[in-house]
Amino acid sequence: MLKVVGKSVIRKEAYDKVSGRAKYTNDYQSTGMLSGKIVISPYGHAKIVNIDTSRAWKVPGVRAILAGKHYPLTGEAIRDRPPIAVGKVRYHGEPVALVVADTPTQAKTAADLIHVQYELLPVVNSPTQAFQRDAPLVHEHLGEYEKEEDSHPVPGTNIATHIKIRKGNMEQGWAESETVVEASISFSPSDHAAMETRCSTAEITPDGKIIIMTSSQAPFMVKRLISMYFDEDMGKIIVHTPLVGGAYGGKASVHLEVLAYLASKEVGGRPVKVWNTREEDMITSPCHIGLDATVKLGAGRDGKLKAAFIQYLWDGGAYSDKAIDVTRSGAVDCTGPYRIDNVWCDSYCMYTNHPFAAPFRGFSHSELSFAIERTMDLLAQKLNMDPLELRYINAIRPGDTTPTRVKLNSSNLGDLPSCIEKVRELIKWDEGQIQEINERLVRVKGVSCSWKTSTIDTDAPSGAILTFNRDGSINLMSGVVEIGTGTKTILAQILAERLKMDVDKIHVRMEVDTQTTPEHWKTVASRGTYMGGRAVLEAADDVIRQLKEVASCALRAPVEDFEVADSRVFLRDDPSIGLHFKEVGYGYKYPNGNTIGGQIIGRGNFVLRHLTHLDPETGAGKPGPEWTPAAYAVEIEFDRRDCTYRILKACSVVDAGKVMNEKAALGQVMGAMSMGLAFAGRETFYFDELGRVLNTQLRTYRPLRYGENPDYLVGFVERPALDSPYGARGLGEHGLMGMPGALGNALSIAAGVPLNNLPLIPELIWKARRGTHHASL
Amino acid sequence: MGLQSLTLHINGEKRVVNVRFADTLLYALRGNLGLTGAKPGCLNGDCGACTVNVDGWPMKSCLMLAVEAVGKEVTTVEGVKGEPIQHAFVENFAFQCGYCTPGFIMNCRSLIQHHPDADDAKVKEWLESNICRCTGYAEIQQAVKSVINKE
Ligand code: FES
Ligand code: FES
Repeated sequence: MLKVVGKSVIRKEAYDKVSGRAKYTNDYQSTGMLSGKIVISPYGHAKIVNIDTSRAWKVPGVRAILAGKHYPLTGEAIRDRPPIAVGKVRYHGEPVALVVADTPTQAKTAADLIHVQYELLPVVNSPTQAFQRDAPLVHEHLGEYEKEEDSHPVPGTNIATHIKIRKGNMEQGWAESETVVEASISFSPSDHAAMETRCSTAEITPDGKIIIMTSSQAPFMVKRLISMYFDEDMGKIIVHTPLVGGAYGGKASVHLEVLAYLASKEVGGRPVKVWNTREEDMITSPCHIGLDATVKLGAGRDGKLKAAFIQYLWDGGAYSDKAIDVTRSGAVDCTGPYRIDNVWCDSYCMYTNHPFAAPFRGFSHSELSFAIERTMDLLAQKLNMDPLELRYINAIRPGDTTPTRVKLNSSNLGDLPSCIEKVRELIKWDEGQIQEINERLVRVKGVSCSWKTSTIDTDAPSGAILTFNRDGSINLMSGVVEIGTGTKTILAQILAERLKMDVDKIHVRMEVDTQTTPEHWKTVASRGTYMGGRAVLEAADDVIRQLKEVASCALRAPVEDFEVADSRVFLRDDPSIGLHFKEVGYGYKYPNGNTIGGQIIGRGNFVLRHLTHLDPETGAGKPGPEWTPAAYAVEIEFDRRDCTYRILKACSVVDAGKVMNEKAALGQVMGAMSMGLAFAGRETFYFDELGRVLNTQLRTYRPLRYGENPDYLVGFVERPALDSPYGARGLGEHGLMGMPGALGNALSIAAGVPLNNLPLIPELIWKARRGTHHASL
Repeated sequence: MGLQSLTLHINGEKRVVNVRFADTLLYALRGNLGLTGAKPGCLNGDCGACTVNVDGWPMKSCLMLAVEAVGKEVTTVEGVKGEPIQHAFVENFAFQCGYCTPGFIMNCRSLIQHHPDADDAKVKEWLESNICRCTGYAEIQQAVKSVINKE
């Protein structure tokens, strides 16, 4: 019986967060800290003819202006991005200058006085346009950049990488297909819109220590990349990350840190803070990727899928950075959670003149799910089949293989059929998909499914350190960043469970600093519980071993005879003989003063096993440890007269493997659903012909607000992943992934026309309907 | 730059601050007084993360100048100590990253003071001025309702 795992333990930092004591990067300010202000490009693509900083320099308090200089190129997969633009700008929002001044006001005043002269260049405004042979080039010297081995840019084009999946035999697949459907799906980039805008500070001490504080999901990556980009000693770089105010993938990219570092360097190492305004956070810092997709599915008479042709053109934006990985991840799970033996997929990362992309919650899976799930509904229509049934019979199961040919079993794959059945119940599917209310209003249910593995570095580590306090309580240090997911509390639950102790006696260090916290690769991909949890379990076992050793010596009994529980180490057959943690945690002291042991320090680490790179020609390989599937439904009420709608209910059922903290899990899933519905229904960047983003404020770019949320129906299935702590699978992203598909499917039926674009605003629906009427005339 | 010395009433204390006329209350609270509970999220009234109470009413401190606060009672989240709404937020898991939380709490607190028996429509009218990007709002709704129902 689990005592702590599964319970709704209150997050460790809860009271700090309701009292205003919780601190985020921008809450730290020291006397003497200078302010950086970025000057951004007002155009999508333009030559920089001249930068005049003379008036800006006259503003009192200005200490430095960084502009027009060649710094080492940055970028994770391809080094294609100058930290500050030189020669030309490639996206609206790109930094062209950085002013450093004593106060934010002075920096802003000076920044406004910098005059940049531009000459407009033709704009690449979509990945489809970027893919045309005669498209303007975003990067003329693509072949000359340094790059990672598994990035495959095509010089002379806008292709930053191309990932291929070639599985089975396509000819045979199409031959077996009696019904074939094809759809084109498209949506523009959008934004994470975390409430905390990004912020980084940097300081360089006279002895060369580089001290950075940043709102990041990847402080250890900051350390590695600053070291690599600027040839600095890795050990001299110390990155602090306090609490992070929402991230959703957007803070996994390393960006502002570089600017803060360069700024500090320019002023002799003095501390400099660079903080994004909302507008900068939306377009200057990386955004949520857009996609143009073509999906063709073939099925037999019984509805069983036989073949899939898929082309993804990802809108990587002006610089490839993490978009390369997103493109790969999109290929890896390209089919959605269905068994298809013959698959041909081309996933391209395209350069455009849009803001560059960061990972976004789901890491390509919410995007590709929309494409696949819309096509699945078209297939159901053509087959005249119940859309939920079509998904059920094709649901991926143990024994099947993934597009990259990983053989699935009941541990590395969750239970999709059960998720579908549970959705059927929760949304009352059997009461009917369509309910006429009156002439204007109709209620419709739409469904979808998704799955995901985490494509992360094959050598990504996670570590944990435990130290004892003299009162027998334990400090837990892990490199997982607390971005809001409550993972650090779950790690404490895992530790409490293994040591059979009170979770309140475990103190969790919230801040990460890369010098004293063991590395956790990045807090992304719903991997904190799995990897961090495994490290904590190993550390717990290390602690248990040490406790027993000391007890064995002190109490003169064999190590094997001891148990650990309730903050004590004691004899299994006579629990009254034993020692409390406070008597052994700092070593055991005999009555005469002799002491053995010392402070107990537990250590644990973990690295995922058997992950491989993908074969560049076929895509074969093992990209991630396990696949979590989920099923979804959305019920809407649609007004046929004006194309407006209300979302009445939204439902997600995820195979969580094991629900570690019930309320936290519910919160994760509902929050993700809210974000997914906003992405599906209203959020997008609107670009003009110059590649400018027209809506960079939260009044024109509108996340869901209080009261706009539907009723949430959340369910869990628990088929454990055997190598994960207590069987838990990742679930932080899944609530989001199926929302666009389910909403699109419901609205397409309600409106009577296929809706294959996002966001699903009434105007889009109205246009689609009008288009159909014209077409049928 | 023209600094002005002002006396502000904040969390029951008189505090002297030196600000520019153009400085917002948010800027003064955070930069001059170290009260970083009120958060910047947009600086133009869209998000509510900076909400404080001024004479008992919720006010987006990014939309108010520091000089305008002279003679008024300002309460920030740091001045709210162990009130039911704070416990309700904790118990109902009404936040994740916590960045929007001070703003929500200040707004909810004022709502409850002015409308101790607010109905759903009233709650929505008040709370739709704040954005939470992490939760789906269901938990915030539960937290507010739990306090309203008890009073
Ligand atoms: S910062 Fe004041 S409303 Fe957003
Ligand atoms: S808890 Fe993160 S924005 Fe509300």
